[in-house]
Amino acid sequence: MIRLLPTAFAMALTFSGAALAQQGDAPALPGSDSTADHSKFEILQKDFKSGPEVTQACMSCHTEADDQVMHSIHFKWEFEHPETGQKLGKRNVINSFCGAVAGNEPRCTSCHAGYGWEDMQQSSAQAQATPDCLVCHDRSGQYTKTATGAGHPPLAPVPDNSKTITGAKSWAVDLGKAARSVGPPGRDTCGNCHFYGGGGDNVKHGDLSSALYQPSLATDVHMSPDGQNFTCSTCHVADQHEWAGSRYLMQATDPHGTGKPGEARGAATCESCHGNTPHPGGLKGTKLNDHTDTLACQTCHIPAFARGGVATKTVWDWSTAGKLDEEGRALSISDYLESDGDHRHTYLSTKGDFEWGEDVEPYYAWFNGVVEYTTGDLKIDPAQTVEINPIHGTPDAAGNRIWPFKRMEGRQPYDSVTNELVYTHVWGPDTGTALWTNFDWAKAIDAGMKAAGEDYSGEFGFVDTHMFWPITHMVAPAEDAVSCESCHAKDGRMAGITGVNMPGTTPFNTAGLLGLAMLLAALGGVVIHAAIRILRPSKNGASHD
Amino acid sequence: MTERYVKVYPRFERFWHWSQMVLIMVLLVTGLALNGLHALIPFGPATMLHIVAALALIVLWIFAIFWHLTTGTWKHYVPTRDGLLRVARFYIWGIFKGEPHPYRKAYWRKHNPLQAITYLALKIILFPAVWISGLLALGWNLWEDVPNAAQLGGLVSNIHLLAAYAIAAFVVAHVYLLTVGHSFREHVKPMITGFDKVNLTPEEEAYLEADEPGRIKPRA
Repeated sequence: MIRLLPTAFAMALTFSGAALAQQGDAPALPGSDSTADHSKFEILQKDFKSGPEVTQACMSCHTEADDQVMHSIHFKWEFEHPETGQKLGKRNVINSFCGAVAGNEPRCTSCHAGYGWEDMQQSSAQAQATPDCLVCHDRSGQYTKTATGAGHPPLAPVPDNSKTITGAKSWAVDLGKAARSVGPPGRDTCGNCHFYGGGGDNVKHGDLSSALYQPSLATDVHMSPDGQNFTCSTCHVADQHEWAGSRYLMQATDPHGTGKPGEARGAATCESCHGNTPHPGGLKGTKLNDHTDTLACQTCHIPAFARGGVATKTVWDWSTAGKLDEEGRALSISDYLESDGDHRHTYLSTKGDFEWGEDVEPYYAWFNGVVEYTTGDLKIDPAQTVEINPIHGTPDAAGNRIWPFKRMEGRQPYDSVTNELVYTHVWGPDTGTALWTNFDWAKAIDAGMKAAGEDYSGEFGFVDTHMFWPITHMVAPAEDAVSCESCHAKDGRMAGITGVNMPGTTPFNTAGLLGLAMLLAALGGVVIHAAIRILRPSKNGASHD
Repeated sequence: MTERYVKVYPRFERFWHWSQMVLIMVLLVTGLALNGLHALIPFGPATMLHIVAALALIVLWIFAIFWHLTTGTWKHYVPTRDGLLRVARFYIWGIFKGEPHPYRKAYWRKHNPLQAITYLALKIILFPAVWISGLLALGWNLWEDVPNAAQLGGLVSNIHLLAAYAIAAFVVAHVYLLTVGHSFREHVKPMITGFDKVNLTPEEEAYLEADEPGRIKPRA
């Protein structure tokens, strides 16, 4: 509630401003509660020639902002896991989508919160990348980045075949207009990168798609303009350009809840607003609150992901990439029809076979927030399905909850001699080794491993993988929450989950069968008793009292 | 000895019996839904109904225990071996031969020995088993941190389930026995009007007519 106050205040100002405008000639208040109107700043009245020039101008007032940004995960793409000690972050991990950043830099770093990071061997700071203020703070709506430009925006003259990070045809960004518009991030600024992870709309997360720009109430009860109209940072609260919320080290539960009255919470958890007994009093509320020590809020309140009309990729089989038609041209088949009418790729020569899903029922597992990664130096067992990011969790320890996940099914290359996952050089139109131009895995893996500085035996195979994406966005209205009987039933949603007593799941366990036998014996005894009485009618009317 | 209609089920006992009957039926139907045996009622509403009916039944039992103790009616349930075998033999043998029922009820002892011991078992074993296990299941969150809670929780559910099935088996036999001898109607009627045909000694008859005229119906 406390964190909503500034929003409420801003809205009140806006409304009163609108009322003034209607009543007389007094100018409307600007639609912001800020004391600074960036459109009036002299330093921003320039004709900017590049993104870094804008950053330079920002820093003339916001002297520490660049330093803050450069220490954030948005800029470093590095995360040292305090629990596992692993070095993670986009700069290091291998996933089951486009593999890894190394070897594909200008394409992948198009979504970097900076300009000009072209080599993963160097950190973003070593590479002298410049923080990009506008990608988060633009409010003009016309700022974007080129899909293959290492973070730079498309500027005039824009090449014909250029695309933006959301896959749209590029337009020439007006940097000055963007700079003079700045304000707090909206759903659009975050979404332009995060909704398109994995190279397309909702490909990666399953619960982050373009449906969240202007979601209906049914798609996201918090972010919908018909509801609370949250931005991402309403929950992902920020301090000095560091944000609450991490997919590598999540808060599987937040026992601190709302804290003391009036306490500000710097957590992105449900509990930080809703508390630990979120359901209203009464028998039903009490019974539902009894679940909060076992289940994450998301488990019931996000009944399915990829809602709102945008599908998510559920299967990606890289092993079939490279098939060409009779004339040697690359194939592109789009056989999946999305409910918003779009067709999504089901086969690409560059990427292999895909499957998609909408309104997907999550996969459930115990989770304590710790996510490990099968990094390139770890041995895998290619006979098994490899977990790209094993999630930690057990029913037996405090701080664990049953969480919903998107379980991505993949098939991707590995070094069949060392039994390690490989880095692949997939993008790079000008190289002779990129998979997407040459369709040659041997060269693509060799180049990818070189770019990552890894040893490669030269032999590769393909291995089945699972990758887990915690589902936490697209919270549905309460009436759409998962119903009791979805889980409390034989073969319900929690089938396979251990460590819980769940009534309704085992009607025919030993006790159930014994009980039924007892009841049937009573019924049978009665029927036999009655039959004998009917067949041997009493002579003098036996009486019973 | 004369047969007279004597009030053997006072008003509270009849109220107790029938409200208990309704609550037990609600509990059996909702309970088996919660157990997953059928899906006639969705799990959520079944849970609410089950809890409300169970709490109501427990309140009713508290009143009934008080009533038994204060009115002395608990004496009807004191078990006895005297005549037990004869009644049992009647149900498994004599009844088919057309023998008369060996028990004659007295107004101070309305149950035959087999009934008395069955009801006693119901009251001191099955009902406590079902409500103690039920309360433990309801309060699961209060004790889920004890060692081996998951196994104990499973045990509690199993005891609850078995006791419930045993009560269901009792209901089957109980209802069936209403058809034995007189008509079903004749058997049910005393639990509605309170009056049943009872053998009275001349002294008992004289006492009831003189001192408790409300408990004995005038001669027809």
